[in-house]
Amino acid sequence: MSGEVIGVWIGAILTLGIFSFLYKDNPFYKFSEALFVGISAGYWFVVTFWQYFVPKFWDNLALAYSELLTKGRVDYHWIYLVGGFFGVLMLLRLVPKIGWLSRWSLAFIVGTTAGLQFTRYLESNGIKQVVGTISPLLVSGNMNATIGNIIIVVGTFCGLIYFFFSKEHKGAFGGAARVGVWFLMITFGALFGYTVMSRMSLLIGRMDYLFGIWLSLY
Amino acid sequence: MRREVPLVLTAIVGITMIIAHFIPPLNILKNLFEDWFFIIAAFAIYLGILNLILINGDKIYKKQKGWPFGVVVILGFLVITVIGIFFSGGKSFQDPGTPFYYIYMNLYYPLSATMFALLAFFVASASYRAFRARNVEATMLLGAAFILMLGRVPIGYWISTWLGHTLANAADWIMDFPQLAGQRAIMIGIALGVVSSALRVILGLERAYSAGE
Repeated sequence: MSGEVIGVWIGAILTLGIFSFLYKDNPFYKFSEALFVGISAGYWFVVTFWQYFVPKFWDNLALAYSELLTKGRVDYHWIYLVGGFFGVLMLLRLVPKIGWLSRWSLAFIVGTTAGLQFTRYLESNGIKQVVGTISPLLVSGNMNATIGNIIIVVGTFCGLIYFFFSKEHKGAFGGAARVGVWFLMITFGALFGYTVMSRMSLLIGRMDYLFGIWLSLY
Repeated sequence: MRREVPLVLTAIVGITMIIAHFIPPLNILKNLFEDWFFIIAAFAIYLGILNLILINGDKIYKKQKGWPFGVVVILGFLVITVIGIFFSGGKSFQDPGTPFYYIYMNLYYPLSATMFALLAFFVASASYRAFRARNVEATMLLGAAFILMLGRVPIGYWISTWLGHTLANAADWIMDFPQLAGQRAIMIGIALGVVSSALRVILGLERAYSAGE
């Protein structure tokens, strides 16, 4: 039996193990679930090791060390030790007495994320969407575009009114908020539809694996 | 020391990241902070994994209920980690033909894809209970989801052909106009929320992350 065939058998047995939960919780499912947890942890360990830890930390330090050995000078790459220092502080969370030091690393993560997302969201989610919404309401000779643009402007405006909680949703303001809810419901319906379809497509893929690749029924 | 250092650190890093966006020479500092961020993030993932191993190790040591599954968790972790780090060609560990790729294709992918495929059954049963056209809002949600799903699958295409392509067109129209309007309102709302939250964190008004032992 070739390695490929053994792989297909392992994959099929584990697929059935997960699907067995549809009957009820059982040891076969629990085994597959535990294996999934362990393998996921290992997968992310290896990915972060080769894609972040080695290129961002190890390679830079190796470069600094070789500069020190060959040219005898202290290279700026040593500054990456600071990142490693904060990383080690993060692990100190497991040591109760000095666990508070991990907050320094957390503060760095929070600060970087806040600073990065501030400009990123303001630009892509804020300004670009507002610019996209400011379009002519009347497009001469094109009724579809005219109706479409009116729907987009009214829908976006009313949706934003719904998210404005500093004023009570009453009267004309409340009416606009209600129209906003209708647009939001259509959006949630569309998102739900796509989520169901993506799950169904995964299910079809697993069935195709079991009946087509494993059992070779077609 | 315990409270002040995190607040000062957050403010310095956050303000630098924002200023660097407007003053390009400061991008050197921004890139350095981003590299440090990835190093710390890698350690944060290791912390989580270490915690998982400790919890399962404790479960095995104390012979708690279901301890054999703890052994499976640790063995699964060790096997893929050792193979991925020592026996899969270093940085090209994800290339086809490596032992890591073999484990990914025959263990990790089937397990994760089936786990998410399982949700299809629960989504179906949940929608059966939740999707009732009780009022205008629920009817609009139901209608949009129904038209969109039917307009994107072969059976919907056959019905559409019979009806003169109206169903597929209706799905496209929903996506291009009313859905887009709602999506934009949500995106602009998120942008305003993120900007105000980021400012509160950088200015030290939001300190939840630095609280606790």
